[in-house]
Amino acid sequence: MPIFLERKQLVTPGDLIAEGEYTAGENTYMENNKIYASRVGIVEYETKRVDVVALKSFYVPRMGDIVIGTISEVGFSGWTVDINSPYPALLRASDVLSRPFRPQKDDLPVVLDMGDLVVAKIVSYDRTHDPQLTVAEPGLGRITRGQIVKVTPTKIPRVIGKKGSMISMIKQETGCNIILGVNGVVLITGKTLEDEQLAMMAILKIEAESHTSGLTDRISKMLKEAKSTKEEKMNE
Amino acid sequence: MNDKPEKLIDKKGLRLDGRKLDELRPVKLQVGVISSADGSAYIEHGKNKILAGVYGPREVHPKHLALPDRTVVKCRYHMAPFSVQERKSPAPSRREIELSKVIREALEPAIFMEYYPRTMINIFVEVLQADGGTRCAAITAAALALADSGIPMRDLVVACAAGKVEDKIVLDLFDTEDKVGTADVPVALMPNLNAITLLQMDGTLSTDEFESAVNLALEGCKQIYVLQKEALRTKYVNVKEENKEEVEE
Amino acid sequence: MAAVITRVKQKQIAQLIDKGKRLDGRELTEYREIKIEQGIIEKAEGSARVLLGKTEVLVGTKIETGEPFSDTPNEGVLTVNAELVPLASPSFEPGPPDESSIELARIVDRGIRESKAIDTEKLVIEPGKKVFIVFVDVYVLNHDGNLIDASALAAMAALLNTKMRKYEVEDGEVKMKPGYEPLPIKKRPITITCAKIGNKLVVDPWLEEEQVMDARISIAFDDDENICAIQKGGSGYFEPNEVFEAARIAKEKAMEMRKKLNW
Repeated sequence: MPIFLERKQLVTPGDLIAEGEYTAGENTYMENNKIYASRVGIVEYETKRVDVVALKSFYVPRMGDIVIGTISEVGFSGWTVDINSPYPALLRASDVLSRPFRPQKDDLPVVLDMGDLVVAKIVSYDRTHDPQLTVAEPGLGRITRGQIVKVTPTKIPRVIGKKGSMISMIKQETGCNIILGVNGVVLITGKTLEDEQLAMMAILKIEAESHTSGLTDRISKMLKEAKSTKEEKMNE
Repeated sequence: MNDKPEKLIDKKGLRLDGRKLDELRPVKLQVGVISSADGSAYIEHGKNKILAGVYGPREVHPKHLALPDRTVVKCRYHMAPFSVQERKSPAPSRREIELSKVIREALEPAIFMEYYPRTMINIFVEVLQADGGTRCAAITAAALALADSGIPMRDLVVACAAGKVEDKIVLDLFDTEDKVGTADVPVALMPNLNAITLLQMDGTLSTDEFESAVNLALEGCKQIYVLQKEALRTKYVNVKEENKEEVEE
Repeated sequence: MAAVITRVKQKQIAQLIDKGKRLDGRELTEYREIKIEQGIIEKAEGSARVLLGKTEVLVGTKIETGEPFSDTPNEGVLTVNAELVPLASPSFEPGPPDESSIELARIVDRGIRESKAIDTEKLVIEPGKKVFIVFVDVYVLNHDGNLIDASALAAMAALLNTKMRKYEVEDGEVKMKPGYEPLPIKKRPITITCAKIGNKLVVDPWLEEEQVMDARISIAFDDDENICAIQKGGSGYFEPNEVFEAARIAKEKAMEMRKKLNW
């Protein structure tokens, strides 16, 4: 059964990748037994499954995903949250307060106001309605400090690295705590602004160069150089 | 203001701009040129200079226009007042409104409309300079902008026109040929699916001449398609090259 | 908003067509019944009403004088406008012309203009300064599918019905004389629309077929069987051989219609 394109080849929408006994995986589609790419990306094969690792995409909600969002609207009994997706998410007041919402007594902006950041989990979503969030689990809730950086969601796995190697390395070199939202939003909390910005630079560099090889070493090199420059400055 | 040329094709079979009958004007494409947009592209096709930007998929405004089972695609083709010889009023003309519709209908078949219900995709095309064949160049650029935005597509869409000038079928008419010639046939194609998504014609052609013109336009489309794919690759390959140099130092 | 066509009906229409039949009993290449009436609006210089099945279009023509376009100083002016009046369909909203009515007007315009149906050189009063302007206003009164062909027929029939006042030029002024003469017509273009449903082509789609079709292609022919205008519409596509097949079918149907109408 023919394969027309090798692994790691860059494809554009409409490129014919394979024909016959293959299944159409991520960012591909099948028509008349032929598998075509549907996004610009790199071809990958997993046994009989053809995937395209997209170079750019946007986040579509899935049940159970941990996402980082921004409060964009304070509503009557809850909040609208921007989760970096074509679909706005809803967070009910009762979920945040962990008890029924009392419209007369509870002042929502005091709990969460426009511009606040939250780490939340998607509890409900389908084609007919917008996603609903919960913060009623450990590790979720309002974020009080740190920096946000947005990357295209398909790059999040690359930021994590094989068995978490990349993200652990960045955390170590910068001394920052990093939470990766599946929706492409990353929260960086460090001891100093410089540390946070260094981590941010590293993550943006990974996004730009994710399809190249030797990336882990280059990032490591960049971080070590920045650290030594910082130490030099301190010793002057 | 009005100098109609005597002959459009000379004795050697060359056109007013020196091209052969089946020769394309030079085409240059660039992807990712507007940072604010989700996807964008710029095309220079002959003297045409056109910018395309895509926003979406995103929430539908006004809400009542949202469709429960698919995305809504909106397209705006607009010409800058300074894009043509005689200043064009910035208000949308009837021609621009019709072109906005046919361009949208040329791109929709490539988009998986059912993937993102209750969303909207906005396609904006601005013609900065026009010299014949703007709707085709607009489609070529808009398709690249869509691909650049990460919106899943069945195929790229590429467009090119052919027509009749004096009594010859020619490829890719520029403005003078379009105005003074006998017929103009713009065609848009999804090359891998061999699907024609835009087809218009004005002028006079026999059914045989029409067939020749369409086939010639499809050839032109295939040539431009190669450049479209290159433009998408270039954006990513450049980064690869930069890093190769770093490693070699 | 127009009623949503049920999925069952959609399937039914598509399945029938695949077998070569249509829900209203027509053949794939058969038009609905056509009725044309001319001269029904006396205040207009010309008028015609076309019934294509249940689709109804009324066209009125008005003639005025004015300046020619700068790039055609020795030609009269043709301008076509179309209104999808709200009473004609639950999906038509009141307001300025939307993209559908503008597209319709421009398709009808192209058929007339590119075929050189009107002898515009005979509409010149004073070259470069004063010419006759022919206004063609297309009024869709009931939408039951294939507005393009119905409108193109009605527009041409109205033009054939159009009479101009006789005039003479005295001291640079246009003076009307008694009597009328017909608008100078050279050609009678006919537009044929084919819809693609599944992998079949049907001619003259009615409303429900339009809701099911992948795409449509409208082709205008002049008296010499040359193509003078084409417009593909809809969010689907045609394969190249389907385009050429549609052109073949349209050419035949245009010839048939020309004979029937005696154009």
